[in-house]
Amino acid sequence: MQKEMAYSFPDEVLKHVFSFIQSDKDRNAVSLVCKSWYEIERWCRRKVFIGNCYAVSPRMVIRRFPEVRSIELKGKPHFADFNLVPDGWGGYVLQWIAEMAGAYPWLGEIRLKRMVVTDESLELIAKSFKNFKVLVLFSCEGFSTDGLAAIAASCKNLRELDLRESEVDDLSGHWLAQFPETCTSLVSLNISCLGSDEVSFSALERLVDRCPNLRSLQLNRAVTLDKIANILRRAPQLVDFGTGNYAAELQPDVFSNLAGAFSSCKELKSLSGFWDVVPAYLPALYSICPRLTSLNLSYATIQSPDLIKLVSHCPRLQRLLVLDYVEDSGLEELASSCKDLQELRVFPSDPFGVEPNVSLTEQGLVAVSLGCPKLQSVLYFCRRMSNAALVTIAQNCPNLTRFRLCIIEPKTPDYLTLDPLDAGFGAIVEHCKDLRRLSLSGLLTDHVFEYIGTYGKKLEMLSVAFAGDSDLGLHHVLSGCESLRKLEIRDCPFGDKALLANAAKLETMRSLWMSSCAVSFGACKLLGQKMPKLNVEVIDETEPPDSRPESYPVDKLYIYKSVAGPRFDMPPFVWSMDEAVKILH
Amino acid sequence: MEGSVGCDNDLNLRATELRLGLPGTEPVSIVRSNKRSLQQVADDDCGVNGCKSDDQNETAPPPPKAQIVGWPPIRSYRKNNIQTKKNESEGGGIYVKVSMDGAPYLRKIDLKIYSGYPELLQAIENMFKFTIGEYSEREGYKGSDYAPTYEDKDGDWMLVGDVPWEMFITSCKRLRIMKGSEARGLGCGV
Repeated sequence: MQKEMAYSFPDEVLKHVFSFIQSDKDRNAVSLVCKSWYEIERWCRRKVFIGNCYAVSPRMVIRRFPEVRSIELKGKPHFADFNLVPDGWGGYVLQWIAEMAGAYPWLGEIRLKRMVVTDESLELIAKSFKNFKVLVLFSCEGFSTDGLAAIAASCKNLRELDLRESEVDDLSGHWLAQFPETCTSLVSLNISCLGSDEVSFSALERLVDRCPNLRSLQLNRAVTLDKIANILRRAPQLVDFGTGNYAAELQPDVFSNLAGAFSSCKELKSLSGFWDVVPAYLPALYSICPRLTSLNLSYATIQSPDLIKLVSHCPRLQRLLVLDYVEDSGLEELASSCKDLQELRVFPSDPFGVEPNVSLTEQGLVAVSLGCPKLQSVLYFCRRMSNAALVTIAQNCPNLTRFRLCIIEPKTPDYLTLDPLDAGFGAIVEHCKDLRRLSLSGLLTDHVFEYIGTYGKKLEMLSVAFAGDSDLGLHHVLSGCESLRKLEIRDCPFGDKALLANAAKLETMRSLWMSSCAVSFGACKLLGQKMPKLNVEVIDETEPPDSRPESYPVDKLYIYKSVAGPRFDMPPFVWSMDEAVKILH
Repeated sequence: MEGSVGCDNDLNLRATELRLGLPGTEPVSIVRSNKRSLQQVADDDCGVNGCKSDDQNETAPPPPKAQIVGWPPIRSYRKNNIQTKKNESEGGGIYVKVSMDGAPYLRKIDLKIYSGYPELLQAIENMFKFTIGEYSEREGYKGSDYAPTYEDKDGDWMLVGDVPWEMFITSCKRLRIMKGSEARGLGCGV
C-alpha cells in the first residue's frame, strides 16, 4: 500500500512540479530518484548547460533530452585566453548546430563561450530555428559580419545578440541594416567587439528607434562621442549602456547635449565602453552616477584624480572595473565612497614595463578590503605584495568567493620579508570559507598547496603559475580540494607521481590543464590506458611526443572527463592518449 | 676555412644544444621549445653554477626581460587596447594597411618612420611600383592615373596631403591608392 502512494501522481502533475525546478544541479538530482522520474524529467528539460563541448556528443544530448529550447556550450580551456592554446585546437560548434537543426526545431537560445563559430554555423542557425531568440557569443571567433547579416535578416523575433569579447572578421557591409523593419523585439545588443568599419550608424539608430524593449546596448569603439546623445534620446529606457570612444574636443553645446541625454535615462544602472576618454566629458555622467551599480572603465586611460572625482559621485557602486591608473589613492577614495562594492577588477596599464608606471600597490587592495565589507570578487594586478597585506585582506573580507591576484613578475616574494607568500594565500583560503575561485601568483612553495588542500573545501577553480617545489604540492590540491572542478597549471615542477596517485580524482573534475610542467609522455599514456572515462590529450607543436623517450616531459597536457570518447577533430599537434585512437593515428 | 668553422660550430651546438645547466645534467623541460623565451625564469633556476643559455644567443646578449608567453595573464584585446594608447604617447609604430586598386594583396606601413608626405609617397610608389602625380592644393594629384587617399577617424575618405602631417598620422586609419576615373575625380579642378 505504501509503495503505491509513491506512484499515485500522474505524469502530468510531476511534469508540472518539475517545471519549477530550474537549476541543473536540482534537475540532475531529480532524474536520479527513480526510473520514471528520470523519464519524465528528461522529456521536460528545456535548458542544457555543457561546460565542456567535448565531454558529451550532440547525439547523446539529443537522445536524452529531446525537447531542449536553450543550450549553453563552452569550448576551449580557459588558458586559451592567454594564447596558450594553439590556433586550430578545436571547439567547433558547427556539428552541434547541424545536429540540433534536425532535432530541436524549437531551439530558441544558444550561448557559446570560447568556441569557433563560422559563418556557415551562423547561417545554419538563421535558417534552422524559426523561434530563435537569443544568441550570445562570448569570446568566440571564426565568423564575420556576413554571418551576422544572416542572423539579422532571418531571426524575426531576435531578443538578444551579444558578441562580447569575440573576434569578428572585418568585412565591409552594413549587416545591421539586415534587421528587417518588422524587427522590434530586441532587448539586448552588444557589438562592442566590432572593429571600426562594421557598423552603419544610421541603421543602428533606426533599429534602436523601433525596439522599445531595448534594455542593454553596447556600442563599439568607432562610435564617436557626439553620436551618444542621439542614441540615448532614442532609448531612454536603457538599463545597461556601453559607449564608443569617449573623446572629442570640448564644446559646450556637445557637452550639454550629452549631459541632457544621460539625465533622461532614468533606469540606467550600468556603464561601460569608454575608450579614449577625454576627462572633461566625464561630468556629463554626474546626473546618473548616484544610480550606477556597475562601471567598467577598464579601457579608460584616465588618471587617478579624474577617476576619484567620478567614483565619489557613485555611492551605490557594486562593480568597478578599472586600470591601475586609479592608484592606491583612488582605491582609498573608492573604499570610503562605495560601501556597497562587491566586485573590483584592476588591470595593468603597462603589463610589460619593467618599472612600475603608477603608484598602485597592495595598499590599495587593503584599503578596499577595509572599507567595503561586501567585497566578494577580486581581480588585482600589481607589482608587489606582502603576507601581512593578504592576511589583513582575508580577515577583513571573509565573504570573498573569487580571489585572483596577479603579481606581475613571476616568483615575487613578500616585499617586506622576502618570504614566500604561502602564509598570505593560506590566510585567504582559511578565512574565506566560501571561496570558489582562486588564482595564485608570487613566490610560492608546496606549503601554499597544503593550506589550499586543507582549507579550500569549496574551491571549484584554481589557477597556478610558477609555483611549488614538488609533486607534493599538486598532491595536496588533488587530494584535499573536494569541490575542485577546474585546475589549470603552468610552469610548475609537478610531475607524474601526484597525477598518477590521484588519477581517480580527475574523473570527478571537469578538466585539468598542465603546461610547461614535468609530466612525462609515459605517464600520459598510462593515464590514457587506465582511465577510459578521461580524454587525455597531449599538445605539442614542435614534434610528436613519441619521437622522444617516454620519460620526456610533454609540452602541454589537457585532461577532461568525457562520455563521448576521444574526439575526431583533433589537429595534427594534438595527440589523444586513448588506446583506440593510437592505432589509427 | 668555411668547412672547419662549420664543423666547430656543429660540435659546439651539439654539446650545448637546448640545454641549461652543466652538460651531463638532465635537460630541463622548460627549454625544449625554442619558441618560448623563458630565459628570465630559467636564469633563476640555474642557481649559482650559471647557465649555458648564452650559447643560444651567440650574436646578441639576452634581453633584460624576456617576455613569457601568456604572462601576465591578460586577454589579447585588452593588450591591444593598451598598446594603441602607448604607441600614441610614446612613439611606437603607427601601422596602417595600404591597398591599391588592382593589387592582389594589401601591405602595411608604419607612418611613424616617415617625416612627411614626400617620404611617405615615395615609399608607396616604391612598394607598388607606380608613380603618383604632382600634388597641388587646388587640383590634387595631377599627372598620373593614381590618387593616394586615406580613411580618417570619422570613416570619411580623404585625399592625402590636405592636412598637416602630424594631424594626418594621428587620424589616418588606412590608405588606399585609387585608380582611374575615381581618382581623376578627386580634387581636380573642374
